[in-house]
Amino acid sequence: MCLKIIVTVKQVPDTHNITGDAMKADGTVNRALLPAIFNPEDLNALEEALKIKENIRVGTSASASITVVTMGPPKAVEVLKESLYRGVDDVVLVSDSKFAGADTLATSYVLSLAIKKLGHFDLIICGRQAIDGDTAQVGPQLAEKLNINQITNVEEILEITNGSAATTATTTATTTFKVKRATENGYEILKSKFPLLLTVTATANSPRPASAKKVMIYKNFSIKESELSYLSNAADTKEDKHNECKVWNVNDIGADINLCGVSGSPTKVKSIQNVVLTVSESKQIANTNENICELVRELTREHILS
Amino acid sequence: MSENNILVFIENNNGNVNVNVNVLQVSLELISKATELAKTLNVKVCGVILGFNFHLQNEMLENIAHYGLDEIYVIDDPRLKHFTSIPYAKAISALIRKLNPNIVLFGATTTGRDIAPRIASELKCGLTADCTDLQLGEYTIKNKTYQNTLLQIRPAFGGNIMATIVSPDSSPSMATVREGVMRLNSVDPNKKAIIVNEKLSDLNVFDSDFQTEVVEIILKEKSVDLKNAKIIVAAGMGASSEGAITLIKDLARTLGGEVAGSRPVIDAGVLTKDHQVGQTGITVRPTLYIACGISGQIQHRAGMEEAKRILAINKDPNAPIFSIAHYSIVGDVMDVIPKIISAYKNKL
Repeated sequence: MCLKIIVTVKQVPDTHNITGDAMKADGTVNRALLPAIFNPEDLNALEEALKIKENIRVGTSASASITVVTMGPPKAVEVLKESLYRGVDDVVLVSDSKFAGADTLATSYVLSLAIKKLGHFDLIICGRQAIDGDTAQVGPQLAEKLNINQITNVEEILEITNGSAATTATTTATTTFKVKRATENGYEILKSKFPLLLTVTATANSPRPASAKKVMIYKNFSIKESELSYLSNAADTKEDKHNECKVWNVNDIGADINLCGVSGSPTKVKSIQNVVLTVSESKQIANTNENICELVRELTREHILS
Repeated sequence: MSENNILVFIENNNGNVNVNVNVLQVSLELISKATELAKTLNVKVCGVILGFNFHLQNEMLENIAHYGLDEIYVIDDPRLKHFTSIPYAKAISALIRKLNPNIVLFGATTTGRDIAPRIASELKCGLTADCTDLQLGEYTIKNKTYQNTLLQIRPAFGGNIMATIVSPDSSPSMATVREGVMRLNSVDPNKKAIIVNEKLSDLNVFDSDFQTEVVEIILKEKSVDLKNAKIIVAAGMGASSEGAITLIKDLARTLGGEVAGSRPVIDAGVLTKDHQVGQTGITVRPTLYIACGISGQIQHRAGMEEAKRILAINKDPNAPIFSIAHYSIVGDVMDVIPKIISAYKNKL
């Protein structure tokens, strides 16, 4: 059997490490100056896929293949390249100006069509959420669009068991997947058959670094000019595989433009307000016994301390 | 059956062994907020609850209604004893199609955040995650003005902006809402809700939808209760040594507070995850927040800025935490904390 795994990833601005350079004078963040990174929990999703691939026993006919899919501008090829550096088999960039401004519903629609175009799959692994929006919505919405089961907030993949005794079984239909899902109250141990979508948390693993050997192989991996125009009829030949990124546009995946990007997004941003965190009244307390005693007395007077 | 009402997903811990079945706090908060919105919109507040053996829980259902519910839809089935995604999502989707509410609210819990997107996808409607406020207001686009549309306010971009999201053409508008941000209504013991029983088979949920097998549920005792703590003493990387943590625990014990930590401290394994305050941890609103050796990254501030008073202790006089602190002490926590402990003990 060959287990087909798809990992969805996203390139995001690094909202978690805002340095002084990205701060404006008014105390708000200059988003344009934030570096674009591989969404952290998507790296955890990728790591889980790579672990499954490695743990499938060598010497049996069982194997796994990993395809990474991202939706984004041409620059997002960078996260696909990073995925290749870590050992995935194939990558696809889903990119079109018509996809811009998509909310999670429009995003999951586009991703679902790209995944359908890839053909048969057993398992989709997503990061729990992306650090630019923190919505955690695309995973479950993708599962619904593909009409498959979902398990979110997965902290550990415990077991993959094949119901049929022979590992030579040609299908994965009898394979059962056992995972540990984190909740507010503890954990759930859950089982499901394929096809299945998982969302993975940051605590699941420590993502591996890029392999130096793979970096050498894929260092020239990029989008060919022709891929960005409709004139392209370049076949996906083996010679190109290490250099040329597959790019699918709105026509390639057969998307209805009314369901993509801004027009396919029921949510609209009415307004945004920069967060400036300062207080008007602030007291400097000198680090002496007298001053700290006075502070404790003041807090007690105001019933803040009992 | 009237339409355009507000529907609240009432989450319970049904199925968790050894725990009395009860409704999550966030669901009661949502009912409370919904009554306020419903008053302006002149509609009803409805709730939907899924689980097993609710006929034994009549008192619980009545108690929920006291927060302001007009109607409660009960979906009672042994197969719903434990939460699983597809049956819960499909049942609620079908109920939404049947009731045609204007607004649907979920707690931003692991369950709420699991099913709400799936439901929004099935119904092709707008969903806003993790709201910290809900209001009704006007929204104008291309010369079309929507009155009393749901304004869904949430932090975005790692907490660096507050965004107001609307889903003007979406029926319904859906949102998940964080726990602890909406004020609870006072209980009205005379308020009664109409209880409507719904069957899974009538809601298009079939055996084939139960694809997840619940093998085991492992409850973990929570060692800290940061949400309800009046006083929190929090450690940052500048106070993560063994000695500093001991002092912080000492101070918390002396003042009757809880110990918390910033994300780097949790990531370093000094304190467990349930102690984490911030964007990816817990949002707290204590009366007093003592930030020890915390630099004050925006992700941390997002989780504690609403503390009534903030006392910051840091060696670095330029630490960003001082910009939001009410009281600033520039100094080493190893030196400052013993002074606070001694001042507090001597005051008594």
